[in-house]
Amino acid sequence: MNSKLTDRIATVLFWSSGILIVFILVWFLYRILGDGIPHLTWDFITGKPEEIVAGGGVGPQLFNSFYILFLSLLFSLPVGFGAGIYLAVYAQKNRFTDWIRVSVEALSSVPSIVFALFGALLFVKWFDLKISILSGALTLSLLNLPVLVRVTEEALRAVPSSYFQASLALGSSRWQAIRKVLLPAALPSLITGVTLVAGRALGESAILIFTSGLSVSRYFPDFNPMVMGETLAVHLWYVQATSVVPDAKQIAQGSAALLVIVVLIFNLLIAIPSRLLEKKLSGKK
Amino acid sequence: MPAVKIENLNLYYGEFHALKDIHMSIEDKSITAFIGPSGCGKSTLLRTLNRMNDMIRGVRISGKVVIGGSNIYDPNINVELLRKNVGMVFQQPNPFPKSIYDNVAYGPRIHGITRKAELDEIVEKSLRSAALWDEVKDYLKKSAYGLSGGQQQRLCIARALAVNPQILLMDEPTSALDPISTLKIEELIQQSKNDYTIVIVTHNMQQAARVSNQTAFFLNGEVVEFSDTVKLFSNPQDQRTEDYITGRFG
Repeated sequence: MNSKLTDRIATVLFWSSGILIVFILVWFLYRILGDGIPHLTWDFITGKPEEIVAGGGVGPQLFNSFYILFLSLLFSLPVGFGAGIYLAVYAQKNRFTDWIRVSVEALSSVPSIVFALFGALLFVKWFDLKISILSGALTLSLLNLPVLVRVTEEALRAVPSSYFQASLALGSSRWQAIRKVLLPAALPSLITGVTLVAGRALGESAILIFTSGLSVSRYFPDFNPMVMGETLAVHLWYVQATSVVPDAKQIAQGSAALLVIVVLIFNLLIAIPSRLLEKKLSGKK
Repeated sequence: MPAVKIENLNLYYGEFHALKDIHMSIEDKSITAFIGPSGCGKSTLLRTLNRMNDMIRGVRISGKVVIGGSNIYDPNINVELLRKNVGMVFQQPNPFPKSIYDNVAYGPRIHGITRKAELDEIVEKSLRSAALWDEVKDYLKKSAYGLSGGQQQRLCIARALAVNPQILLMDEPTSALDPISTLKIEELIQQSKNDYTIVIVTHNMQQAARVSNQTAFFLNGEVVEFSDTVKLFSNPQDQRTEDYITGRFG
């Protein structure tokens, strides 16, 4: 076979894989949004859920999704960034830090249902936090921590070491170099990492079924972290699996579409400023 | 008093003896060039003068480097203060991914200057000293990466000058640049010698001959010959120096 022909075949192959991916995505969106958007009324998005009669909304679930996301980031970001910075800048290469890396890798491949049961034992029972928004947020942080550590370490390692050297050569401390040069330069990758983690948290169900429960507060919005708090993703599972409301299917379709839309909006809200920032810093504008 | 006095300096990378028994006095407010083939230790010696070798694992250093009256390898020396006094320009232009202004203001800000008027003044003065002000004065808020390679290197010089160092170390500052940018930087080096003590590592013997007052020739971690530049190039005392500058090896 001559090289021209193989080149042509390779090109076709790569093109078709690309098109296949786009097709799958478009089809997903078409089905989910097509089925769900007709149910997305203001009453549905902000209303309280119903257990027996049709016409319930998902307002509290939507609120809880973001509340739990916020709390879990609050717990996991400082530790994740801290450990990532340690591994990227301070850690010597030795057996101990190799072990940390292996542990982080292993943790990031643990199935979420395992985290769910672990969280149920540790936070719900041992610390006696009950099935609550707080237990759910803490367990979610555990799920996201390894990813955050890796993303942070890789983002910082991708920054050219010449920046770090230049800063030190001007008489900065290591921490000043990290804070004023490394972190800003790594910011776009860090933001991508946080978006990844946030998307996972918004869509997570297994963990929250066991730690945050299947019911919502009577009040809305309720900022008490010690009450049960069902999220949108969990609600989607719940109405389809066990609920007895007559319009379960419609609620599921609406919730699915709403979930997709909020994740999309959330990602865009973070990604667009981050892109602009990146352009500004790299001088491509 | 010499700006830098190196006594009995030995440096090892693990088992490798990279600098052997270096003795050297570098004159204040003069330009000193380090020449020699690749791997001869000239950059290594340069980086001992602001302790940038500290970050490399497995480096052991013995002997003394006296700058400003104290041995910089003394355990209670303030390394940050030393590096403020002994600035460095690297082989590859390495501006931060920030605006031109923020690049130059970085050092002063690190060392506690926050007043806008004062920073403005330092930025202008440093960019003028680096012969870059006229080219960038209308684009100070633009990213440093919009500049050409030669401009970036002059920006790095301005950034180094902004913390008002006594000594400026330059590690092959023009090896990544085109001839015109190289010429500009050489002019800049010559104009700065009244204000700074400059030590420059270069692969280019013509460059050493053009810009420096003193030249040290390095070979295999030793200083073979160190004398006035004119003398070293016109009348070398050591056979190895003569072989190198006449192009017989290296």
